[in-house]
Amino acid sequence: MRKVYLDNTATTPILPEVREAMLPYLREAFGNPSCIHEWGDAAREGMETARNQVAELIGASPEEIIFTGSGTESNNFAIKGLALAQQNKGKHIIISAIEHFSVMHSAKTLEKWGFEVTQVPVDKYGFVDPEDVRKNIRKDTVLVSVMHANGEVGTIEPIQDIARVTRENNVVFHTDAVATAGTIPVDVKELGVDALSLAGNMFYGPKGVGALWLRKGVRIIPLLDGGVQEGGRRAGTENIPGIVGLGKAAELAKASTETRIEHLTKLRDRLLAELPTRIEHAVITGHPTKRLPGNASFCIEFIEGESMIMLLNSQGVAVTSGSACTSRALKASHVLIAMGLSHAIAQGSLLFGIGIDNTIEDVGYVLEVLPPIVDRLRQMSPLYAKFVKTRKGGK
Amino acid sequence: MPVYSQKVMEHFMNPRNVGEIEDADGIGEVGNPICGDMMTFYIKVKDNRLEDIKFKTFGCGAAIAVSSMVSEMAMGKTLDEAMKITPQSVADELEGLPKQKFHCSNLGAQALHKAIEDYLKKKKGGKE
Repeated sequence: MRKVYLDNTATTPILPEVREAMLPYLREAFGNPSCIHEWGDAAREGMETARNQVAELIGASPEEIIFTGSGTESNNFAIKGLALAQQNKGKHIIISAIEHFSVMHSAKTLEKWGFEVTQVPVDKYGFVDPEDVRKNIRKDTVLVSVMHANGEVGTIEPIQDIARVTRENNVVFHTDAVATAGTIPVDVKELGVDALSLAGNMFYGPKGVGALWLRKGVRIIPLLDGGVQEGGRRAGTENIPGIVGLGKAAELAKASTETRIEHLTKLRDRLLAELPTRIEHAVITGHPTKRLPGNASFCIEFIEGESMIMLLNSQGVAVTSGSACTSRALKASHVLIAMGLSHAIAQGSLLFGIGIDNTIEDVGYVLEVLPPIVDRLRQMSPLYAKFVKTRKGGK
Repeated sequence: MPVYSQKVMEHFMNPRNVGEIEDADGIGEVGNPICGDMMTFYIKVKDNRLEDIKFKTFGCGAAIAVSSMVSEMAMGKTLDEAMKITPQSVADELEGLPKQKFHCSNLGAQALHKAIEDYLKKKKGGKE
């Protein structure tokens, strides 16, 4: 059977060049970079090369890069660490309603610690209005965090415009760029942010490694106390193979950004254009064009996402969904609900995360196998039966 | 490691008794799209036995497998016997359900019981 992996928003495969770059650090170059002998030197060299590569990817200085254990850790670090560092100035932060759980739940923890959190809304496409950020900034606001793009619906946020607002008001601005760094051009100076999170497994690097970029001079309180690794900001012996892999993935992403975007966009646009013509009552979620190149997201009405995933899996296709049944928390995606979709429609969420290994034939295969699956589940659905009856009644 | 047992997968891939009964003797509907799963059961009763059962389900793989299993367990049973089917007995027949799915997806017995109650109510109403 044909195997089609279209869940690159969950994680991407590791490129062979990345794996090769990592291997020496899983063998002879196993040293601890804090040590001053030959073994330590080798590990440190690998780590510092990676720091340069990651800095290069986002237009930053290497000393501004802090390696972490994941995008989630980077977001926790930024939200909690930047807020705590400024708590004498104020205890109010602003986030958007569609942030990743690692931002959402970090903000919730801050609430328990006495902070106030304002969530700015999004429109039907998932866009944050920079004016909403401006309206909600108070004297005691110390941090704004809005994601660069939402991985679930692909919407790319107006980060530069929001940065203008935060700068005018002298508020630290963090952006979660886990969905964008290594995928579309990300330049910290152009964006105008103060802190930015990224993760290796979103751009063909390994899992378990991420980075937080922190503008020089911005203060942060560490999450992990211990040794003076990462300039005393993130203690713990570094994950050298992972960091080296992240660096290599960053270098490769930087070198091929344009060709990757062109390829992904072609496949995405075919899915966005053709799926709704082959399946009735399928709506695109997010913006039709201002979206991540590899993201094609839909809601298929009257049926539920997990059952679609399972039947697609039986045809060799891997996708994901924001339906309540798919999430371990058993709640419909807060992103889709914040965009104004009903729970019933959000249940039919289906997300294609297209990757650089996918081909136009993969997309063609999905467009072949999905309509009968939808049909089969609709024949089983009481919601569809009701809809058909009302439609007949209406006629 | 798969999330679901082989038995759940088998019922999900080949659900028994999907459909509606036009002149059903009883109909039972449970769930709502907010919690994720909805089930409608249709029954035909003859001589106090479930002569036919059909269902329609909106929901996850477990919800569909549960519906199918309940319809199979109850087919041909007396109403009293069918009322004794519990979420636990359905889960046992399915060789287990994931812990977090046990309550939300396991509404099949409830939907069947509602259909039987609907039948009994109609019958009583008819006699009066």
